[in-house]
Amino acid sequence: MTGLATDVASAPPRKRGRRRVTFDKASLMLVFLGLPLTLFFGLVVWPIVQAFWYSLTDWSGFSADMNFVGLRNYRTLVGDDVFMKAVRNNILLAVVVPFVTIVLAFALATMVTIGGSSRGAVRGLRYSSFYRVISFFPHVIPAIIIGLLWAQMFDPSSGLLNGVLTKLGFSGFESYPWLGDKRTAMPVSIFVIIWGFVGFYMVLFIAAIKGIPAELYDAARIDGAGRLRMAFAVTIPMVRDTVQTAYIYIGIFALDAFVYMTALNPGGGPENSTLTMSQDLFKTAFEKGQFGLASAMGVVMALATLLFAAIVFTVNRVTGGGRRAQG
Amino acid sequence: MTVTTTTREAAARPAAPPAARHRGDRAVATVSHTVLAVWTVLIIVPLLWTLLSSFKTTSEIFASPFSLPKKWSFDNYVSAWTTAGIGRYFFNTVVVVGCALVIVMILGAMCAYVLARFTFFGNRFIYYMMIAGLTFPIFLAIVPLFFVMRNIGLLNTLPGLIVVYVAFALPFTVFFLYPFFRALPGEVSEAAEIDGASEWRKFFQVMLPMARPGMAAVAIFNFLGLWNQFLLPIALNTKKNNYVLSQGMAEFASQAGYNVNFGRLFAAVVIMILPVAIVYILFQRQLQGSVSHGTVQ
Repeated sequence: MTGLATDVASAPPRKRGRRRVTFDKASLMLVFLGLPLTLFFGLVVWPIVQAFWYSLTDWSGFSADMNFVGLRNYRTLVGDDVFMKAVRNNILLAVVVPFVTIVLAFALATMVTIGGSSRGAVRGLRYSSFYRVISFFPHVIPAIIIGLLWAQMFDPSSGLLNGVLTKLGFSGFESYPWLGDKRTAMPVSIFVIIWGFVGFYMVLFIAAIKGIPAELYDAARIDGAGRLRMAFAVTIPMVRDTVQTAYIYIGIFALDAFVYMTALNPGGGPENSTLTMSQDLFKTAFEKGQFGLASAMGVVMALATLLFAAIVFTVNRVTGGGRRAQG
Repeated sequence: MTVTTTTREAAARPAAPPAARHRGDRAVATVSHTVLAVWTVLIIVPLLWTLLSSFKTTSEIFASPFSLPKKWSFDNYVSAWTTAGIGRYFFNTVVVVGCALVIVMILGAMCAYVLARFTFFGNRFIYYMMIAGLTFPIFLAIVPLFFVMRNIGLLNTLPGLIVVYVAFALPFTVFFLYPFFRALPGEVSEAAEIDGASEWRKFFQVMLPMARPGMAAVAIFNFLGLWNQFLLPIALNTKKNNYVLSQGMAEFASQAGYNVNFGRLFAAVVIMILPVAIVYILFQRQLQGSVSHGTVQ
């Protein structure tokens, strides 16, 4: 009965409803948009806009005077060795972390999904859900805890790693400071970040690979392709857009990396070897009170993020991706 | 995977010499299992080691990283919970995350609903602002935000932290609920209108319940994100009584370097992993399901 009524009456009232603004509808839109947008514009958008302005001033925060100094803060940053070191560290993170994470996640996802028997339909490895559940777990552990936990693992005297290495007969590692030596501090930090990240992207890729029509694999197999060939000729082209999204997400994170780095080496590591822009910003603002300069660092971080996303998009486009998206 | 099915399918597909294929299969399966097992061990071992160490005394921890605790007691947990203030931080975190989660889910659903189902001037603009809010680093906003909070008198207060959490979780919530509301069938909405339901009733009694699967997935991700939030509290909530767990942990760890009670530190780490582990075990399917959903759409 309702169905009939809907059929008969649906068209005209809807048109009228859209034109005429009733009190009912107006009040709903006002409240439904007003409340969230007040918070969003007041506490997210407005501060971001202000940050651009502050970055052009010499404001120290607590005093009333604020002088417009143009681009002086940015010139200061370019000449600041510590900040430039942080920039280089962030570039290293943005290059290494997404690449290694994605390659590793992709390899593990491939093994789980098409590692099974090569007869019959393409199938996954046995017990694969066990691997998937365990691998995903680090994603839900707070980053600060991951950092603290691994800082203990790498502890020179009581850490598990040196304990194992010493047991295996490498006497040089009895009290080797993994996080306190500038040669190993960065690689070790990168390892910890990747440890926390791989599981999520592995699950993401498993989902993407399962979304590929099975006929494509069957066809490839009939043409005599092996597993490696299938991974490169079928899987990678089909999950390209997922890879692009993943790359941007991890890259944005790597340009921040604040929590992990603070947990592993609060002060920026030996000779600033693990210092990131975010840590430098936090110190400049909340310890030194140079809010103008810190805002300029924030703008540099935002620009770096946009630049990174643009590079990923361009590389994907140039190497032939993105075309499929329109089809 | 039984023998009979394998032979039958092998017969149906004479593409390669069966024997060679079989050996190749086994090699690939062995290599895959080995690599995956190594990775699994690499994840489980640090967690188990932390759990083990949380029962040891500091001197036992220093004596050997492998040894079992002499007696299994919860002293470290009690001490972390009471003397180190973890109990207090835990309570603060539950209050802040709980309130922020409820508020952001309601406000986010309302905002996503209006954006998805009403046409009005500025609709696209708001939507793209939300996406921009999702991409810009929080670090860009943190300095001015500090002064905004100070000016409205909410700096270093739990309500202040709650509204900031809501504001920063909002773009994510709206962005991911938007497609759910967009996909709801129009007939239901029309039927509700014909039955004389007001717009308000239509949202709360018809549309919101229908978007429940989407709400659940987004709520889980928001819970994890807010529970793990670190930068916002350490910048905006520096009064010790109001600390949340993540910042309390960071401070606790930096102190532990001096007055060394490592057993307590490990116990605190376990206390912090436990809630997320429970959420993970309960919602494991939904979590991984919503990751998949993101790619398939």
